[in-house]
Amino acid sequence: MTWTGDTWGTRSDDFIFSCRACCTAVWRIASFRWLRPEMVVHHRTIRRCFLIHKYSYSFLARGRGGTLSSGMSVIKTTPLNAFHRHHGGRMVDFAGWDMPVQYRSILEEHKAVRQRAGLFDVSHMGEADVKGPDALKFLQHLVTNDCRKLFPGRILYTVMCYPTGGVVDDLLVYMRGPDDYFLCINAGNIDKDIAWIQEQAKRFNCTVVDRSPDYAQLAIQGPRALEIVQALTKTTLAAIKYYHFTEGEVAGVPCLISRTGYTGEDGFELYCPTGDGVRLAEAVLAAGVPLGLELTGLGARDSLRLEAGFPLYGHEITERINPLAAGLSWVVKFDKGPFIGSEALQAEKQRGPAKKIVFFKTGDRRIVRAGATVMNGIGEEVGAVVSGTLSPILNEAIGSALVDAAAAQELLLVDIRGVKLNLHLVKPPFVSLQKS
Amino acid sequence: MSNIPSDLKYAKSHEWLKVAADGTALVGITDYAQNSLGDITFVQLPKVGAGLKAGETFGVVESVKAASDVYAPVAGTVLEVNKALDANPEKVNQDSYAEGWMLKLQLANPADVSALLSPEDYGKVIG
Repeated sequence: MTWTGDTWGTRSDDFIFSCRACCTAVWRIASFRWLRPEMVVHHRTIRRCFLIHKYSYSFLARGRGGTLSSGMSVIKTTPLNAFHRHHGGRMVDFAGWDMPVQYRSILEEHKAVRQRAGLFDVSHMGEADVKGPDALKFLQHLVTNDCRKLFPGRILYTVMCYPTGGVVDDLLVYMRGPDDYFLCINAGNIDKDIAWIQEQAKRFNCTVVDRSPDYAQLAIQGPRALEIVQALTKTTLAAIKYYHFTEGEVAGVPCLISRTGYTGEDGFELYCPTGDGVRLAEAVLAAGVPLGLELTGLGARDSLRLEAGFPLYGHEITERINPLAAGLSWVVKFDKGPFIGSEALQAEKQRGPAKKIVFFKTGDRRIVRAGATVMNGIGEEVGAVVSGTLSPILNEAIGSALVDAAAAQELLLVDIRGVKLNLHLVKPPFVSLQKS
Repeated sequence: MSNIPSDLKYAKSHEWLKVAADGTALVGITDYAQNSLGDITFVQLPKVGAGLKAGETFGVVESVKAASDVYAPVAGTVLEVNKALDANPEKVNQDSYAEGWMLKLQLANPADVSALLSPEDYGKVIG
């Protein structure tokens, strides 16, 4: 066999099956006929790199995140790295992080979250504190959504843009109290985001502190998530509404308990001190397994978010795809006053976006992968696929594409290995969800 | 550890061949290959009657992760393809050596089989 398709995507901060801990070893192996640097090889290569470079695995079990370094480049680990390996996680390099793409089966893990519950390690996500008398004024300048809607205990989904209207990142803004906000940002964007946010904050009387190393984050998602987490806490979880949070102990670990997620299901994201991450994960696993909870990796996280129609930075939103084109105009609030990118976005809104993100299904099992060319009925190129997978629930290919706005109403086609498939446009979610 | 049945012959490119006494053979992909690919979501197979050269691409195995070509280990004519994989490609994950078979070939030259890898040698290939 040999690889003909690409892996998860086309961007450098996407799922890349290469070993950043030792480039040499990977390239040697990659030169074999079919062995593009894929997961199994990657895992073994890392092991080999460690032997070569006389690194010990023991530090992986120290219970806190760190970096694996060979002197050439660095791969970051979450505090649950040894936990994942112990539980059979298949580790891959995701945006510079050594993360489990799956434990047992991406399709089965996906179904577990839709039907019961899944436990994801999302400790790679970044966090930041924004504090000070100007915190609200600053956030109103930084992000596109209206932070005046926030009150203590409330969470807001938003994007932050460049002056061009292109997206720096999407993020959650938590309001803990007056002048006290907490941000959750994407793992692959932490350095870029923190630098951007701190630069923009210079003109305001507030501080921006990167808290990413201080938090482990676990997501418990699925219809049984509430029951599972409730068994571990005295906090009444049913009282926390969607996109609200509170602070409380879960399994004796102090947590920020957030009723949010990236799967479209009900569920919680628990932020806890880095050193408590493993203890919390073990407790959730022990409470959850009898109720059908499974450990779930980044593979299922990606297919679940796509089935729910949620954007992923680097795919549906990028520096070149603004929130209006991405279908996120509901988080762009022009009436709140000027913000970074508001002029460019206002102009784009008046013109109408030249390109737009559409979601599609095909009625066929062949996966339509990121990068595939989208054509109109007469074979002209009108766009490209930005995300694609097989929906384990619908048993057909689903995805999203960036297409010329004018073409979005016409017949759209892709060519998969010589077979032309119609893209049937769908307003997501692709499946009915309890919470979306 | 990968399962490598002792009664099969193997290609370096991770296909197996099970030879019958009548000069036909079944072809599929190995346990190591299915495990490396992960969840298999689609299997594209040739038409019955197609002639295949040794090493020629006969189809595509697609997983959540990637699409991969599969090769004919030896030359032959396709007698039958496993239609059950259309609706249930996961059979390749579940049972790559039996229910997950892909082709039944009429071998062009049964002596070609001797050029394939023994289970021991295939075991060394996948390390």
